[in-house]
Amino acid sequence: MQVTMTVNGDEVTREIEPRLLLVHFLRDHLGLTGTHWGCDTSNCGTCTVQMDGEPVKSCTVLAAMAGGHEIRTVEDLERDGVLDPVQQGFMEEHGLQCGFCTPGMLMTARALLDENPDPSDDEIRTAISGQICRCTGYTTIVRSVRWAAEHPAEVTP
Amino acid sequence: MQVPAPFEYERASSVEDALALLERLGPDARVIAGGHSLLPMMKLRLAAPEHLVDINDLRELDYISDEGGEVRVGAMTRHRALLESALLGERFPIIHDAERVIADPLVRNRGTIGGALCQADPSEDLSAVCAALGASVVVRGRDGERVLDMVEFHRGPYETAVADGELLVEVRIPAHEHAGSAYEKVERRAGDWAVAAAGAALRMDGGTIAEAGIALSAVGASVTSERAVASLRGATASEEAFAEAGRLAAEDCSPTEDQRGDVAYKRHLAQELTTRALRRAAGRALRQEA
Repeated sequence: MQVTMTVNGDEVTREIEPRLLLVHFLRDHLGLTGTHWGCDTSNCGTCTVQMDGEPVKSCTVLAAMAGGHEIRTVEDLERDGVLDPVQQGFMEEHGLQCGFCTPGMLMTARALLDENPDPSDDEIRTAISGQICRCTGYTTIVRSVRWAAEHPAEVTP
Repeated sequence: MQVPAPFEYERASSVEDALALLERLGPDARVIAGGHSLLPMMKLRLAAPEHLVDINDLRELDYISDEGGEVRVGAMTRHRALLESALLGERFPIIHDAERVIADPLVRNRGTIGGALCQADPSEDLSAVCAALGASVVVRGRDGERVLDMVEFHRGPYETAVADGELLVEVRIPAHEHAGSAYEKVERRAGDWAVAAAGAALRMDGGTIAEAGIALSAVGASVTSERAVASLRGATASEEAFAEAGRLAAEDCSPTEDQRGDVAYKRHLAQELTTRALRRAAGRALRQEA
């Protein structure tokens, strides 16, 4: 079947099998390997991307179901060499750690801040509660999101 | 890499279109709503439908409406919308209690109330919530609609009264004055299935309990305890009455031992959580948060 969706602002059309998962569509068909693929069981949240502005686990969405929708991946955060505040925050506060869960965390953080520019630490922890960091370092991730909240970009694309 | 077995994909454009597709495709077709129960089952090959009918475009089933005597919730209403609804939070606080602990925000962005009820997972929360609240569901087929209470609807684990070619379209929750409700759940970590959970709804007449609803999750196929409910009817709202109802509910449930705990522990939780849910429900009914 043919699927058409908007990925990072560009409309893409591909011939796919109906059983193809969105995470594999992004990685294997579009080469957007920034979206990581982790547990495969909808638990770890490392495959998180935004669908129509909401964070979703892309291993639990069929590419076919994403047809007609807007997908945003971690590749879309940096613009013209300028990092998104959430990316800068993860650098400043060492939220990256091993880096595996980072793309998903960044997409959730971006969605959270778009909706709630000044979240409490509890709200940040709730927002990322569906995503597992096996560095056991949520403290620095929370600090990173807080840093981004305190340093909003002057121009939001 | 876990991928589902091959299937054919159809996207429905309306309820009528979905029903026509289900009729044409027959019993090997499954409806997919949010997909957060069905897709993991398909990846694990616990389910292998030959056709999927995607109903995510059915915005006509995404609503929460106040009809005065009852609140109607469309089957495609997502968990996130349930949690963000001020109307539901005010009328049925049990729904917000439960939604806060259903999976995680990312899953709640996709999962739907209709999908949750139709999945009928024995550890699923909204079935217990709806049963405690005395909700009914509307099932539509090509020949018309049926309205079922939760006992008629929920046939057992992973089995409901929705037949081939039918679609759950709406949940109806009766709204009462002087009513309160609450949900209590113990889980091992954020987003996990419950070790045990209990929901309670009370309608008060002064300090007396006019009507009660109790439903448990993750402790066996039968979610309600008629004896516990009967023990509360006409009783004075008191710690003793709540404790006795908790004891009866725990006796009537049938937990199984698994990685989340042994039978005695789960039965203990069923008792304690039922008691706590009743205490909070009564507090809310009397406008005094317990």
